[in-house]
Amino acid sequence: MVRAVASVPLVLAAGEGGAGDLSSGGFFAETAWIMLVLPFVAFLAIILVGKRMKGLGAELAIGAMGVNLLWASVLFVQNMFEGIYREVNLTIGEFGTFAGRRLAFELGFVVDGLSIMMYWVVAFVGFLVFVYAHGYMKGDIRVPWFFASLSLFAGSMLVLVGAPNLIQLIIGWEGVGLASYLLIGHYWEEKENSDAAVKAFLTNKVADVGLILGTILLVPALGTFRFSALSAAADAHSEALGGVAVAGALLLFFGAMGKSAQFPLHVWLPDAMAGPTPVSALMHAATMVTAGIYLMARTFPLYHQMATEARPWMVTIAVITLFVLGFLALVADDLKRVLAYSTVSQLGYMMAAVAAGGYTAGLFHLFTHAFFKALLFLGAGSVIHAVHSNNMSDMGGLRKEMPVTFWTFVVGSLSLAGVIPLAGFWSKDEILATLGHEGYTAFMWVAILGAFVTAFYMTRAVALTFFGTYKGHGHPHESPPVMTAPLVALAVPSVIAGLLNIPGVSWGPIRNFTDWVGARIVPMGDYHPKAIEWELAAYGLIAAVAGIAVGWRLFAPDAETQQARDRLRIPVLYPLLHNKYYIDDLYMKGVVNPVKGPLARAVDWVNGYVIDAVINGAGAVTAWLGGLVYGRLDQQGIDLLLNAAAGGTGGAGGKLRLLQSGKVQQYAGAFVVGALLLVVAFVLVT
Amino acid sequence: MVLTQFLVLGALLFSIGVYGLLSRRNAVTVLLAVELMLAAVNINLIAFEAFWNTAAAHGQIFAIFVITIAAAEVGIGLAIILLVFRNRASGNIDQLDLMRW
Amino acid sequence: MTFSEWIAEPVNWAFLAMAIPMVIAALRVVTSRNVVHAALFLVLALAASAGLFILLSAEFVAWVLVLVYIGAVVVLFLFGIMITRAPIGRETNLSHDTRWPAAVAALGVFAVTFWLINAVATQMGGFGDPLPAVGRATATGILGEGFINRYLIPFEAVGFVLLAALIGGITLARKDLTPAEEEEGARV
Repeated sequence: MVRAVASVPLVLAAGEGGAGDLSSGGFFAETAWIMLVLPFVAFLAIILVGKRMKGLGAELAIGAMGVNLLWASVLFVQNMFEGIYREVNLTIGEFGTFAGRRLAFELGFVVDGLSIMMYWVVAFVGFLVFVYAHGYMKGDIRVPWFFASLSLFAGSMLVLVGAPNLIQLIIGWEGVGLASYLLIGHYWEEKENSDAAVKAFLTNKVADVGLILGTILLVPALGTFRFSALSAAADAHSEALGGVAVAGALLLFFGAMGKSAQFPLHVWLPDAMAGPTPVSALMHAATMVTAGIYLMARTFPLYHQMATEARPWMVTIAVITLFVLGFLALVADDLKRVLAYSTVSQLGYMMAAVAAGGYTAGLFHLFTHAFFKALLFLGAGSVIHAVHSNNMSDMGGLRKEMPVTFWTFVVGSLSLAGVIPLAGFWSKDEILATLGHEGYTAFMWVAILGAFVTAFYMTRAVALTFFGTYKGHGHPHESPPVMTAPLVALAVPSVIAGLLNIPGVSWGPIRNFTDWVGARIVPMGDYHPKAIEWELAAYGLIAAVAGIAVGWRLFAPDAETQQARDRLRIPVLYPLLHNKYYIDDLYMKGVVNPVKGPLARAVDWVNGYVIDAVINGAGAVTAWLGGLVYGRLDQQGIDLLLNAAAGGTGGAGGKLRLLQSGKVQQYAGAFVVGALLLVVAFVLVT
Repeated sequence: MVLTQFLVLGALLFSIGVYGLLSRRNAVTVLLAVELMLAAVNINLIAFEAFWNTAAAHGQIFAIFVITIAAAEVGIGLAIILLVFRNRASGNIDQLDLMRW
Repeated sequence: MTFSEWIAEPVNWAFLAMAIPMVIAALRVVTSRNVVHAALFLVLALAASAGLFILLSAEFVAWVLVLVYIGAVVVLFLFGIMITRAPIGRETNLSHDTRWPAAVAALGVFAVTFWLINAVATQMGGFGDPLPAVGRATATGILGEGFINRYLIPFEAVGFVLLAALIGGITLARKDLTPAEEEEGARV
């Protein structure tokens, strides 16, 4: 039973964990809780008075986020120089005693490299997205509610990343899930959108079961909810958790698979694009979906020393995610869906790195990805705002009308594709290096191929959106400065963030990203390559450039390509080396048709229907079965069964209804007799 | 005084209440029988409280809860009976068989 | 403890003096042919149980019982009887014609309960010891503390139930007047 504690003991645990050279951070670290609280204050304030304000509550949300950004920036800079560690735990109550140890329910905040990085990403991207949304949502029907939900999300996310223990993490985890549900379903009047919201919520719930079961399994063995105990246990004796380590680790990973959209639980993310674009940028690209990666990093000692057997399975899932699902971005027409599949694939990269052991590489990709993917989404939002359609078939030729959007979008795409020296190149390269180091050579090559695919689909998206001729309606024009300014602001870190973590290169007293992000969780040792491996970098770069080249070849908007596409309607084979149209043909026959054909239908089915079936119920399964050869048989069988069951129920009901005399006292008598029989049976049995 | 005598008294009272619940036709008298059953429960609660003699007197607290709920139940029950009477001009419970097949 | 030892205690005389009228009154409640009499017998049974509570040193509960039950609930019953124009006076139609199933069920309840009491008493080595709490009235303060500490939420919930019952009672019993009737009422 949770008892209220009259006097709340403030436990300061600064300096705990063995790393002696960390400072306690001073004023800003001491008051870091402000970041966790402020968005909730904004949330309540917007709900109460937002409607009556001039900016409909947007200024409250933006203001709160601005203060957060100030705090996070100071901490971020401070941490790059000297390294901060501060942990505060407030005991709220007690869960009881497990294995001789009292399990306290604590809330608090932790300020260390990992959480500072996340604070800053959330505050920075969040602030820019809020500003952008102020322009994007102008004239919307529910502006105050939108900003209230966004604030709720920001607060929950900060509670999540600032959590010093699993319980608080779960609170934040569910909070972001709720906010995600609310925001995906922002335009709930359309059935499709509310369906997407429900789908996202339920898929995440399925995964949350894993998170909660994992917690239930691990915590009694550990004796506390605190993460710091995990590091200590790993340092002291790796068998501390005994048999539950692997099972618990896999269950936590299952939870992370839902939030971070890993195969096969990724299906909710593309549908989540039903939400307004700023939501997609902030939650479904930059921050919320990385919560799973964050969880893996935070509990990394578990995977590092105690549950190493789990890791090959996790890497496999992550690599499937990054490779197989990246292809889906090739065929989507909805610009936001292209980006969504791309996000899924990039999350696969991060998860692969963390699972393989180089969790700082994964976190670095998380860091850079947050900028360029938020940039791409906001750019897409700017385009959608201008042409009033999500489909690339309604776009084209926007390069001249929307120069700022175009250039920032190109920067983001190049960074995502991994072109030197943009941020994405450095982070992806480190992931490849990690996979190579840890002995996953085959997976490393798959990841390089994935880089090719990434470059390919981004080139296609850019070509179809910004080149060629405009195919939509009306006259698109550039978005207002309130929307383009965040684009520019995000383009800057998309270009330079990679400099923070070049292996073997340091900038004076500024420490490398790898050195400060995770030093406290697990001593890094050999996880970080000491110098750039140019050979591997070259492979990655070649893959990226090849992807861009192939993509441009196929989707360049010149007349020849157009003719070639037309001519492809007549199936004529051209020799590979002599005819560029052959590549088109290869693409049509080799990529499009398989994607439309049985193979891709299978992939698409796994993608779209397995989880859908669970969520949407047997109806979706039946519908799919009908589409297959054996579908008819199955359907009839099921129908037969259902009809038989229904008939039986009807017949039995006809007889049984005579019992329903409507006389209350007969029921009461039956109840008394039944209760007596139960009592007798119970007593006799026990 | 021993515990058993109160328990047997409670059982007796409860059984009488069950008899009234099942045999009465008039709705008001059915409610009266229900009150009897609740009173029996109260006797049990108080007797067990005296038996275990807990410092916080849980049994008595629960008896008061039972009394409160009983009051609410009578209020609603009589209101329903009133409504039925208004619609069917009868207080007989066996005419309330709209819910049958 | 044998019966002769038991009956030798004066307090048990008091018990019997209340228990026997109580059972008789209860039987009359369920068999009386007059609704008003049935309600008044219920008063008797409840008053007896209040006396038993005092014997068991639960004085506060006893007075609550008197106030709430006898003071309010039974009065409510009498109002209900009057409003529904239930036959005041001798009435043969108050019970069902076939009553033996009810009697069988009631006997079954008593038999099973009695058997259980017996079995548990035997298992626990008998409830033969005198009740420990008797003779020291429970301080009302303890009950109050229980209500606002440990049982605060049930207490609030019961309060809510009462409120719901109040509103529900009004909603159910209120007569929806037709416009014509309303006009008539306004004129009167």
